[in-house]
Amino acid sequence: MDWHFVFSQALTQAIGPTMLVYALGAIGLNLQFGYTGLLNFGQAAFAAVGAYGLALAVVAFGLPFWWGILVGLACAVVLALLMGIPTLRLRADYLAIVTIAAAEIVRRLFRATVWSEHTGGSDGMRGFSDPFFALNPVPEDATWTFGFVSMESGRLTVDFGLFDLQYSHRDLWIMLIGWVLVAFFCVVLALLVHSPWGRVLKGIREDEEAVRSLGKNVFAYKMQALVIGGIIGAVAGFVFALSRANVQPDTFSTDFTFYFYVVLILGGAARIFGPVLGAALFWFLYNIFSQGLSQAITSGLIPSGAINQTQVGPLVFFLLGLGMVLLLIFRPQGILGNRRELMLDVR
Amino acid sequence: MSDDTQPETEATAPAEAAPVRAGISAARASLADVPPEPGAPKQDPILNATGVRRAFGGLVAVDVAHLEVQRGTITALIGPNGAGKTTFFNLLTGFDRPSRGEWVFDGRRADRMRSYQVARAGMVRTFQLTKALTRMTVMDNMLIGAGNQIGERFWAGLVPPLWKAQEAANRAKAMELLERFKLDRKRDDYAGELSGGQRKLLEMARALMLDPKMVMLDEPMAGVNPALKQSLLEHIKDLREDGMTVLFVEHDMDMVHEIADWVAVMAAGQLITEGTPDQISADRRVIDAYLGAHHDAAQH
Repeated sequence: MDWHFVFSQALTQAIGPTMLVYALGAIGLNLQFGYTGLLNFGQAAFAAVGAYGLALAVVAFGLPFWWGILVGLACAVVLALLMGIPTLRLRADYLAIVTIAAAEIVRRLFRATVWSEHTGGSDGMRGFSDPFFALNPVPEDATWTFGFVSMESGRLTVDFGLFDLQYSHRDLWIMLIGWVLVAFFCVVLALLVHSPWGRVLKGIREDEEAVRSLGKNVFAYKMQALVIGGIIGAVAGFVFALSRANVQPDTFSTDFTFYFYVVLILGGAARIFGPVLGAALFWFLYNIFSQGLSQAITSGLIPSGAINQTQVGPLVFFLLGLGMVLLLIFRPQGILGNRRELMLDVR
Repeated sequence: MSDDTQPETEATAPAEAAPVRAGISAARASLADVPPEPGAPKQDPILNATGVRRAFGGLVAVDVAHLEVQRGTITALIGPNGAGKTTFFNLLTGFDRPSRGEWVFDGRRADRMRSYQVARAGMVRTFQLTKALTRMTVMDNMLIGAGNQIGERFWAGLVPPLWKAQEAANRAKAMELLERFKLDRKRDDYAGELSGGQRKLLEMARALMLDPKMVMLDEPMAGVNPALKQSLLEHIKDLREDGMTVLFVEHDMDMVHEIADWVAVMAAGQLITEGTPDQISADRRVIDAYLGAHHDAAQH
């Protein structure tokens, strides 16, 4: 069995483009759920309107790429207002109901055949990412070697001996932008949650009536948290769409939202680096299980009668689910969380 | 707030009016000429409510014709269970909307205000079930109480130099209050780690961060052990000394006797009488309201 290959694949993915999508989406969710206590079950919809806002603006309306980004962000703000205005004055669970329903509505709208000549229906759209990759500073045909780092026809290899990391020049451009965005939003979030503004959000999470009795406009704060978290979700949607160079409605199903929650809870909610660590670990585990099992079957380590390749996918999710249950039993605060804080008696 | 001096009344300046308890004699004096009847007019009402009604479907929970609360006094709102005291409280503080009615708080119409606007106007409440922000430190509980914070605006929050000075001033003020309420050594503990009584103290201290003109206490003694009860009573008396007006809901008649300058009695949603604690204890209607109108008929 090729352990080198398995580890290389998993570690390559653990800091790669897809992990960045999960990290960004979970950072937005961290502001909403971790700090403010808002149950947003529609983070996939924010990613979807971001991605589709960009794609539609560029492909269907022929707008420049940067206008597409602005359209995507504006769509996220509008979606947050639509979800928030009717529900944020009500009890917390109403937001959960509305967001999960709205996310399905958004997905179905993009999937609908009525305007499939613009949206591509269930096939989605492509052809919006060229302006982005045109800016790629990594040359397509570079070839050089510097110690253990080498570049061959635009493919980067970092060889650590036990494993190596490999990225195409397109991945590298996405990762450069993606990591800058992750760092930027971590800094913004750190500033926010350590400010009096963030203190009000945490107060709302603990008891919004108490915060209201102290003269704070709770509705306005909740709306701000929903909008900002949604904007970060839309940015996750941009990175997702650009890394795949296409948008497809069914990739924005409710599963997507729940992966953000898994990432957030795994890393530790209400911790600045929780989402980043959670995303890296989640995506590492997913890949090491997938590649590991697949390799084990190919190499005959697992007898072919026991499981076959097509069963690997479901089994991986089974293992991740089991891991999640164990995490909630033995470390409910996540990796970076504070157990003392979580175990406080809420009277 | 200490400039809210009481209008001097001629007669009363008795010997026991020691300088440390100047507020109590001023308060008692301001109520000396008020007749003990529901809706009695006061010299200088900080709160003046008329025709306050709240119906839940067919059930009329509150129907108060008129109530004035004298500035600088401690007024108790008592009544049997289900009398509508807490509902009335929620209406006054903007936590519930009245079916109809209007009231003026400190010269401003307050019946259309939302709860946070009421608090900003200077009427701050506490809750029957204490609402400590459990997963925040005691200090953060205090700091969140401060009003008009620059750093509570989103964009300003991102730029610490804009609010650091104000934050430091608030922190100093919070520390002073925590010392007064003997919670200063707990300042870095989570509020969820405090005992029930300490949470009551924290909630009251937090309310004072807003510099309220009027403090509304919903059953401040509920679930508090006797030792702490005395200390809470002293803190409530101190509010009056600092020029604040206090309105509190309470069941415990001993406590009402000890600290209240004036008592308003509710039964079945209505204000049935008002008066000094002594007048109220002697009032037939109050005994009837608590024990049922026919309680002595049953004895005969």
